Amino acid sequence: MESFSLILAIVVVTALAFDFTNGFHDTANAMATTISTGALKPKVAVAMSAVLNLVGAFLSVEVANTISKGLVDESGIRPEVIFAALVGAILWNLLTWLVGLPSSSSHALMGGLIGATIASAGTGAVHGDVLVTKVLIPAIAAPIVAGIAAMLATRLSYRLSARRAEGKAAEKGFRAGQIASAGLVSLAHGTNDAQKTMGIITLALVAGGAVAPDSDPPVWVILSAGLAIALGTYLGGWRIIRTMGKGLTDLQPQQGFAAQTSAATVILASSHLGFSLSTTHSVSGSVMGAGLGRKGGVVRWSTATRMFVAWGLTLPAAALVGAVAEWVTGFGDWGTALVAVFLIASSAAIWVVSRREVIDHTNVNDVEGDGTAEEPAGVVTTAIAAVTPPPAGTVTDDLTATIPSPAEVTAKPSATAL
Amino acid sequence: MKIDWAALGSVFGVSLVITVAMVGVFTLGIVGLSRHERAVAQGGSAAPAVAGAYACFAACAAVVAYGIYLIVA
Repeated sequence: MESFSLILAIVVVTALAFDFTNGFHDTANAMATTISTGALKPKVAVAMSAVLNLVGAFLSVEVANTISKGLVDESGIRPEVIFAALVGAILWNLLTWLVGLPSSSSHALMGGLIGATIASAGTGAVHGDVLVTKVLIPAIAAPIVAGIAAMLATRLSYRLSARRAEGKAAEKGFRAGQIASAGLVSLAHGTNDAQKTMGIITLALVAGGAVAPDSDPPVWVILSAGLAIALGTYLGGWRIIRTMGKGLTDLQPQQGFAAQTSAATVILASSHLGFSLSTTHSVSGSVMGAGLGRKGGVVRWSTATRMFVAWGLTLPAAALVGAVAEWVTGFGDWGTALVAVFLIASSAAIWVVSRREVIDHTNVNDVEGDGTAEEPAGVVTTAIAAVTPPPAGTVTDDLTATIPSPAEVTAKPSATAL
Repeated sequence: MKIDWAALGSVFGVSLVITVAMVGVFTLGIVGLSRHERAVAQGGSAAPAVAGAYACFAACAAVVAYGIYLIVA
């Protein structure tokens, strides 16, 4: 490790920063439905997810090795390229977090990597067919597969339980099931996404000559990547959690259970059968599917459309930033410094903008209109904030809001009996 | 460029079957528990329903255990 240069240190720190944004960007995947249905208190949910992410990070190095080997030619990669790629990915993650849209952190990372590689070594260094098979097709397939599975499962569940599963036992049962499947998603996320960062750091270490090519990630890389993603998860991307848990559709515990089970199954089945699907895409799809599966359930297609647009933009946007960043670092050390300053400054700017309308564990379940960070939405949120005095009451509000649903089911048969 | 349609198809099929089966079995377990709850409320008991419910939950737990095994392996 004697050749541990300054640029390599910068890359490692930036990669850990990306890992951190990945954590709080993707908390929503595992815990949004659990929080919105009231199965777990918001803080408890993110803490549980953080621990499981940390555990997941230590379980295998399979994914890390795919990242550091498959997508781009290792030979054309310098540490600066990876740095530029990470800048693109981090900025896209922060931007989508600001507007509260779930998008795939892995796509952001791949986009940044592709853009930076093109700027550095030309289009030849990117494997185009890998791009289509590993990025584009899964992005379309994941929400469809998870959505259909969740929709059918929700339908079946409501049909089986109609008039026969109500009361305390049913409610507690579905909550427990939901927590278990959400935990499984967290664990799978830890193994997948923490490892992506490990793969990136290892790729940088290989590119900088600090470790031999084709080696497994060193222990300190595994440890720091796991901790970074767990910390990010614990802080929670509440904006995205709100969109995923409340913005797309309204979920009851039974639907939340079906959605989370579908997502966990799709993620595990896909990674096991060699057709890896994005966690974010699978969960978003299954949440919408579960929303459609209940009678009278609605999906807010305007929110969904904005999310789809964000998915489409993820790769090109991160690629563009990555390419520009790589071009600037090409001017030498001051260029690299400039990019680093730009990254810190724009991250700070995004954070400052986010403080204008704070969303955290106290108001994550407050339903707002349609938009997330747009002006009218801000007005609605402040109006809601003015009407509901204690923020601590939101969780109990939600509990009482979900309880009437079984009563609704009981009301129906009695109405037909008349 | 070759798209692995077989892998995609099997992901779709396996996910669909497992998800629907899991949710279905779990719901049956909850139906069993609810029946027991009602029976207790009326002063009786429904032992077969409880046994069935636990069998359902055990089946789900086995699938989850297999899922964790897949993550680790």
